[in-house]
Amino acid sequence: MLQLDGMRAEAGQFGVTADWAVPAGARVALIGPSGAGKSTLLLALAGFVPLTAGRVLWEGRDLGPLAPAARPVSMLFQDQNLFPHLTVAQNMGLALAPNLRLTAAQHMEVDQVLARLGLRGMGGRKPGALSGGQAGRAALGRVLLQARALLLLDEPFSALGPGLKAELLTLVAELAVGATVLMVTHDPDDARRFADLTVLVADGVAAAPVPTEALFAEPPPALRQYLG
Amino acid sequence: MARSPVKLAQASVAALVVALVLGPLLAVFIAAGGWLRLAAGDGRVVWFTLWQAAASAGLSCALAVPVARALARRQFAGRGAVIMLMGAPFLLPGIVAVMGLIAVFGKSGVVSQGLGLLTQAWLPFAGGQFDAVWPRSVSIYGVQGVLLAHVFLNLPLVVRMLLAGWQAIPAERFRLAGSLGMAPGAIARHLGRPMLRAVLPGAALVVFLVCLSSFAVALTLGGGPGATTVELAIYQAVLFEFDLNRAAALAVVQVGLCTAAVAVAGRISLPAAFGPGLDRMGLVAGPAGWRRGADAVWIGVAVMFVLGPLGAVVAGGLPGVVGLPGSVWAAAGRSVLVAVLSAGLAVSAAVVLAQARAGWVALAAMLPMAASGLALGTGMFLLVHPLIRPAAVALPVTVLVNSAVALPFVYRLIVPEMRSLQNDYGRLQVALGMPAWALFRLVTLPRLRRVLGFGAGVAAALSMGDLGVNVLFAADAATLPVVVARLMGSYQTDLAASAALLLVACSFALFALCDQWGRHAAT
Repeated sequence: MLQLDGMRAEAGQFGVTADWAVPAGARVALIGPSGAGKSTLLLALAGFVPLTAGRVLWEGRDLGPLAPAARPVSMLFQDQNLFPHLTVAQNMGLALAPNLRLTAAQHMEVDQVLARLGLRGMGGRKPGALSGGQAGRAALGRVLLQARALLLLDEPFSALGPGLKAELLTLVAELAVGATVLMVTHDPDDARRFADLTVLVADGVAAAPVPTEALFAEPPPALRQYLG
Repeated sequence: MARSPVKLAQASVAALVVALVLGPLLAVFIAAGGWLRLAAGDGRVVWFTLWQAAASAGLSCALAVPVARALARRQFAGRGAVIMLMGAPFLLPGIVAVMGLIAVFGKSGVVSQGLGLLTQAWLPFAGGQFDAVWPRSVSIYGVQGVLLAHVFLNLPLVVRMLLAGWQAIPAERFRLAGSLGMAPGAIARHLGRPMLRAVLPGAALVVFLVCLSSFAVALTLGGGPGATTVELAIYQAVLFEFDLNRAAALAVVQVGLCTAAVAVAGRISLPAAFGPGLDRMGLVAGPAGWRRGADAVWIGVAVMFVLGPLGAVVAGGLPGVVGLPGSVWAAAGRSVLVAVLSAGLAVSAAVVLAQARAGWVALAAMLPMAASGLALGTGMFLLVHPLIRPAAVALPVTVLVNSAVALPFVYRLIVPEMRSLQNDYGRLQVALGMPAWALFRLVTLPRLRRVLGFGAGVAAALSMGDLGVNVLFAADAATLPVVVARLMGSYQTDLAASAALLLVACSFALFALCDQWGRHAAT
């Protein structure tokens, strides 16, 4: 279970408070207007933004003292997920061995994930030689290989067209089995397609998660205003 | 946190740099024991130093404007080569530049010869009233020679800074100006002038700073009561008068001047020196008519001004290179070693310091700018000379001082790249938990390779051509520039010319090797 225990995080102009919990294995969408604090919330969970109040607990353990890499968290950023000078296989290998000294077994693991993502034979390419969709898959491969219990997606694949984005989100749902996924999005369709729970973030407050279908069937005033 | 060893490394490197600069300066301050030890003529020396630096800066900037504008708005075959040529004098050892200038503008150079022919042809017709004022020949020695050499060394640098400024003006603004039907004068007023107002003060200050510490040029072309810089006076006090107190007092003055200039520089944003790859094609065609011809003349004159002395060095030195005596080759070997070591030190220190965000670390990295090479060298001399024969530590001291002097330059080159690397990939690195060495090997080195190679090349070339420190220490461990200066001083002109060619070949080769390594960057 992921518990946000009266937490508050602030990054520059943006601040967000949250006080709720979601069960392990849940798929949660965070939706709301720009500047409401969605990304700040994810960055705080990943350990990039310090908490100014409260705690974050995973399975009862306080994540506060842990450095980002030591948390049970992998995060897909809005962009800059791949080093442009390393090959796709190297980028993915970093998830297994941050010094890139991979064992034979780890090399095989990278190859398997490449195959599952439909990138067979493209491990030797640099990200610049991939299409947008392929680069999105490679970035996804990196977080899948990290195999952490919490997967955070900050407006993933938002640079891609709606069709490709839907395809990749389906892939996330298929491959990240068992992981607890939190996804920031602007797009109600993403939430409907992907998440069983949705958190409405507005005016610096992340409301408690509610079942996605119920939320959109009877949107509260803040959501109605956002949807227009 | 796992990053504390990195922080510790940054702090210790910064502390080392501070000690390396402040230690010798402190020794100088103690030895000086007050300002009263300045000799009678030293006021004049200070005045000349300031005056010539200001004049050199003014001349370089004034002449660079039309050249840079012409290069920015004209397309022609070989434009890239001309821009590259403008980068050459900055890397040219000062002593070699002086030799080239003497060959072209000296008593037996083409300019004087031409003037002589013109005199013979023209004066008989012109009549007696011109006889008194018409120059039969011009001397390159003295104030005019110092200014000429400083303009030669710095004008191309300013051209490249201004060119970058022109190219940074968005093409849309030129298109807007075109669609509004602006005349060339209006374009200059609305587009060119704001850029110049932003870039020129910083460019002038850079030239002023460089010329403030002028030594090689003043030593060879200046001298005497009318054309002695503070740096030259320090050298003379140490080597000829054995008056360490006066040298120390002068060094205090020099550090004061440099610090004041750097303090002013802190308030003006200096243009981004000259980065690699400025050869973006100009997007907008320049005006037609007489301006086309004027631009061609400006570019032609600038190219000849730079190429002439370079060509003279090659032509003068080439015949004797193979027959150079072993002592010259040995000096070349020492110089290459010193250059490689100090470039390595400067770049390593700059990489470590550039990763830090603390303000005092940045200050430490820029601190050597406030100290000139000879002031540092004098301090080192004062520190070691009670303990050990200075000549015995000539090379290590040269390496240390050269790397300190190159550090601010390399640091300023690396910092913006390091910042954007941290901004773009900082979170990804942290999320992956990459250890410091893996981070350097897998990310920092490959991403920054281009600028590291370029910075190392510049540092190596600067060290290779440096005449400042080694000359104080070296009795038998002279570097190549010192040997060239000695040969010139003893009128062994042919030998000096060949040694100078070897020197410039080594400088450019070191730069090219480092830069080439950087260009093989993974992208």
